[in-house]
Amino acid sequence: MIEAIESALDFLPAGLVTLIIIVGKILVLVLPLMGAVAYLTLAERKVIGYMQVRIGPNRVGPRGLLQPIADAVKLMFKETIFPAKANRFLFISGPILTLAPALAAWAVVPFDDGLVISNVDASLLYILAMTSLGVYGVIIAGWASNSKYAFLGALRSAAQIVSYEIAMGFALVGVLVAAGSLNLGEIVEAQRGSLGIINWYMIPLLPLFIVYFIAGVAETNRAPFDVAEGESEIVAGFHVEYSSMTFSIFFLAEYANMILIALLTALMFLGGWLSPLHGVLPASLLEGEGVLALLLGDGIHWLLAKTSFFLFLFLWFRATFPRYRYDQIMRLGWKIFIPITIVWLLVAAAMVVWKIGPWFN
Amino acid sequence: MGLESITFYIFSAILVGSAVLVVSLRNPVFCALALVLAFFTSAGLWILLEAEFLALTLILVYVGAVMVLFLFVVMMLDINLAVLREGFTRYLPFGLGVAIVLVAQLALIVGPEHFGLEAMPKPEPHAADYSNTKEIGRVLYTVYLYPFELAAVILVVAIIAAISLTLRRRRKKQTMTPEDQVNVRSKDRVRLVKMASGNKDE
Repeated sequence: MIEAIESALDFLPAGLVTLIIIVGKILVLVLPLMGAVAYLTLAERKVIGYMQVRIGPNRVGPRGLLQPIADAVKLMFKETIFPAKANRFLFISGPILTLAPALAAWAVVPFDDGLVISNVDASLLYILAMTSLGVYGVIIAGWASNSKYAFLGALRSAAQIVSYEIAMGFALVGVLVAAGSLNLGEIVEAQRGSLGIINWYMIPLLPLFIVYFIAGVAETNRAPFDVAEGESEIVAGFHVEYSSMTFSIFFLAEYANMILIALLTALMFLGGWLSPLHGVLPASLLEGEGVLALLLGDGIHWLLAKTSFFLFLFLWFRATFPRYRYDQIMRLGWKIFIPITIVWLLVAAAMVVWKIGPWFN
Repeated sequence: MGLESITFYIFSAILVGSAVLVVSLRNPVFCALALVLAFFTSAGLWILLEAEFLALTLILVYVGAVMVLFLFVVMMLDINLAVLREGFTRYLPFGLGVAIVLVAQLALIVGPEHFGLEAMPKPEPHAADYSNTKEIGRVLYTVYLYPFELAAVILVVAIIAAISLTLRRRRKKQTMTPEDQVNVRSKDRVRLVKMASGNKDE
């Protein structure tokens, strides 16, 4: 398809064609992502509503399906209020610096075999680097608001993000050891095997899988780790002074990060786009051109299904668990998760060295 | 001029500009943020040199962790800028002396004659399947294994030293003795402070 576009545009200079194709790829990724973010907010309200025996939003459109659009329009037409003596430049930069890395990380995420904007070799490292930048938006927003609540929220969430990044990084190193590659596409392909689900890394790397997902929940400042928001103590944390679009950009970044974490967990531990039916159904059913093979075989739909499952877990956590106390968060991150990941790193390395089957032979 | 040189000059200009801002800005928070920008742009330059592992590690470690803690400290300090600027002229001769010595030393070691195109020719671009990360790992764990392990040991010693210096011994028991509670007087617990009401314009 890309070749067809290239040949259709060959009257333009070559550099311009490349630019158009890159921008096109970005749009093809970012627009559905924004839609997913909008409808994730609706899903969150609906799911939590049903869990609490309520109906949730159902007024705008059929069954409340237009609610996110109504919310977006409302936020766009509100006034952006600048707090007195706040630094305007940094106050605006805060949300931008939160959203930009949250979107930049998507550049290397593969959705299917070869379906990726930029197939770089060190994509795992790139994602880790980009997600570690998100903390700046939080700190800058908290500081630039010139408000004590916002500043306290920023300090809390920054300390939390920095702490959990370590456990997360170690969990990723475990995956790297197991797969022998930093490329996300190769990590997924390394989980391919005749046994289907058994071959996925969630079995040999089970502790890393759990630590990674919980650290991901903490990284995105979601319940039960949402002390940064802590509405009972510090109102709403670092974005208390933000209104209208500046506020909604924080929202967009948070949900984009949630989807990213869910997708990465699916890619690294649940075999990404690999079908779970390998080893259950005969291989002849899973390969080929027919509709059945497309549906049952490997494909982007499996990745999206796995991602949706983890996103549902995010919402489920929020409806179920009470908020952690701050010192308990730090204890969990430093004294439990980091030792677990270090121990399992050694176990994973030993499994690779001694070629323990069925994963590493 | 190709895309590569244009990228190089843009990134270099931003790098030099932000480095100047680090030392020239008044507000320390902005200085720290300028330093973040400097790190980020130099990571971009390293990517241009095909050193993607080092570049991403620079972002991950320095931008993602070290500078965050820096910003933390700088933001929480109540810095009086007037006091900071007071001694500027007094320390100027000394500062200039140090600066001249530094520049002279730098010029001796990294002068243009050591880093010209003859001494360091442009590296050959590698093929697309070349993995910078793998190469670094291979060299680090074979040729430089002992220095690497030594560095690791030194870092562990530093961590243990930092922990032992800052460790607070906790009181073991949390239970109260009843007679302490009975004998407590309000002046032991509460301190009343007279404070002037805040100025509205402040």
